[in-house]
Amino acid sequence: MQNENNIPKKNPLSLQMDLSKFELASEEEKAQQEVMSESTTFFKDGMRKLMKNPLAVGSIIVLVLVILLATFGPMVVPYSYDEMISIDGRRDKRAKNLAPFTWSETEQKYIDEGGELFPHILGTDELCRDYFVRVLYGTRVSLLVGLFASLIVLVIGLLYGSISGYVGGKTDLIMMRIVDIIYSLPDMLMVILLSVVLKETLGSAIEGTVFAKVGTNMLSLFLVFGFLYWVGMARLVRGQILSVKENEYILAARAIGTKPGRIIRKHILPNCISVIIISTALQIPSAIFTESFLSFLGLGVQAPMPSLGSLANAAREGLQSYPYKLVFPALMICLIVLAFNLLGDGLRDAFDPKLRR
Amino acid sequence: MSSEYLVEVKDLKQYFPISTGFMKKTYLKAVDGVSFQIKAGETLGLVGESGCGKTTVGRTLLRLYEPTGGEVLFNGEKVTAQNMLHLRKEMQMVFQDPYSSLNPRMTVEDIIGEPLDVHKLYTTKEERRKKILELMELVGLNAEHARRYAHEFSGGQRQRIGIARALAVNPKFIVCDEPVSALDVSIQAQVVNMFEDLQHKLGVAYLFIAHDLLIVRHISDRIAVMYLGKIVEIGDADEVYEQPKHPYTISLLSAVPVPDPNTARTQQRIILEGDVPSPMNMPTGCAFRSRCRYATEKCAKECPPLEDRGNGHFVACWNK
Repeated sequence: MQNENNIPKKNPLSLQMDLSKFELASEEEKAQQEVMSESTTFFKDGMRKLMKNPLAVGSIIVLVLVILLATFGPMVVPYSYDEMISIDGRRDKRAKNLAPFTWSETEQKYIDEGGELFPHILGTDELCRDYFVRVLYGTRVSLLVGLFASLIVLVIGLLYGSISGYVGGKTDLIMMRIVDIIYSLPDMLMVILLSVVLKETLGSAIEGTVFAKVGTNMLSLFLVFGFLYWVGMARLVRGQILSVKENEYILAARAIGTKPGRIIRKHILPNCISVIIISTALQIPSAIFTESFLSFLGLGVQAPMPSLGSLANAAREGLQSYPYKLVFPALMICLIVLAFNLLGDGLRDAFDPKLRR
Repeated sequence: MSSEYLVEVKDLKQYFPISTGFMKKTYLKAVDGVSFQIKAGETLGLVGESGCGKTTVGRTLLRLYEPTGGEVLFNGEKVTAQNMLHLRKEMQMVFQDPYSSLNPRMTVEDIIGEPLDVHKLYTTKEERRKKILELMELVGLNAEHARRYAHEFSGGQRQRIGIARALAVNPKFIVCDEPVSALDVSIQAQVVNMFEDLQHKLGVAYLFIAHDLLIVRHISDRIAVMYLGKIVEIGDADEVYEQPKHPYTISLLSAVPVPDPNTARTQQRIILEGDVPSPMNMPTGCAFRSRCRYATEKCAKECPPLEDRGNGHFVACWNK
């Protein structure tokens, strides 16, 4: 009852489909049926989504440019951030408050005589220092502060939050109450108090070290970040770990005999890393903002080291005559903070599993 | 010291504290005095309705929960928190949900390789890879897929990955916690048959937890029936099925769907009255008495012990 195609012949009274009316699928057509997406990792998938987001790509480009400028700019410009303009070893007192791309009379004379000078791209300040270099140094300081403060917050918050979340029970209860207490401390007041106290106590101790250049104000800022700002990160990490911990693969790992440290490292953190990356990226602009704000109040980096906030503060005095001196550092702060925020948003859209599809 | 049994559970208790208000605590008796034995290469089926403590028995057995009381002997050796690490090479577990029991950030190779890493069962990278590929072949997975992530597999394949992970340390005993209930019927048959094949090949013993009575009958040598944290009947699989003694087992078996409509029509379904009592507030005496049609005064006073009714068939009921 079978024809050459191995198809059983249809009973004419049966209501079944007539199989001989169908063709056999070719190998090619069978292959088409196999829907198997290309094997991608979570990270690659997220990056692909990030690269499709024009705002995120734009902010990456802006950030790369700013970082390159802040890193290599001061190497190209022959002036230093605390150097007063001098011609032939003599201080040029007329090179004060110059407008962008202008020369002082002394400099003009020197150029006319055949000398070569690097242009003052953003002019000079009231102490005859090249403003462009100072803005670049300020950017450097702001970026470094943002990066280090976020790193401190990340490390402390990650350790504290993962221990609290993984161990649970009474340990969790006590650790989270400590977090609650720290949350209730006023952060700005702490920064101001700490910088006063540190200036008294540490001022002489750090003389001549790298820290002296950074200044006690900056140290107190870092300390406050280390003491106070990690609590948000710790709470976030703990919440993530609590939700990931409930999965059966954690139980499976425990049944295998995996130690808690390895379970946190291999199973829990990779599953909440996206949230952590995103909140770190969003922490950077907030740290930069805090630093600028404190520098504006005069609690930031030690003079003559500039930061974007202290530059803006200094520009306030001559605001009516030289408004551009406020515009440049302010513009830089805006660019950096905006770019980091947009990048953080882009990262969240690309990596947060809850926002997918 | 070794004994006749591979795994011996004596009066295992697992109570979970539940806070019922400020500074007040009651205990949820998830498992309340369970005892059974499993011989090497044997399968014990554990059945019971949802929430009766089957899964808790399996997990407490492997010390994923710290037991409140009782003891577990493995090969005559008492299982404690200290020697558990090396016993984890002997006792493994397969989980219910193949979707949440595999880490979505790890490749299949790393998932199966983790027990090898933890117990340092290889010396070179090639040896590790070779072992992983062998395991994948053993459970019927394509070795080419070792670099893929778990989400790229179907439910049945994922369960096979979970089984390969359990087998990686060469265990003598595996707790199968409802390993097929999340799979569809055609895949269930494949996976159950694979469990049987693996038992023939490797001689592992299973504690097979399930609520599908037909599958349990198919795979088990012996069956234990649980109700509210206690074993009410335990015996040979066929014996329990053909001649159930405990009223709960009888009603449970009458609920099994029969694939023949003629037999199904003549069969009487015993419907239990009332709900399962809360394990936080258990009835006195026999736990089942609130729903039992044969309950007497004695049932309310004393909890019936598991008694031998011949042929290794134990029943916990006052009514003979």
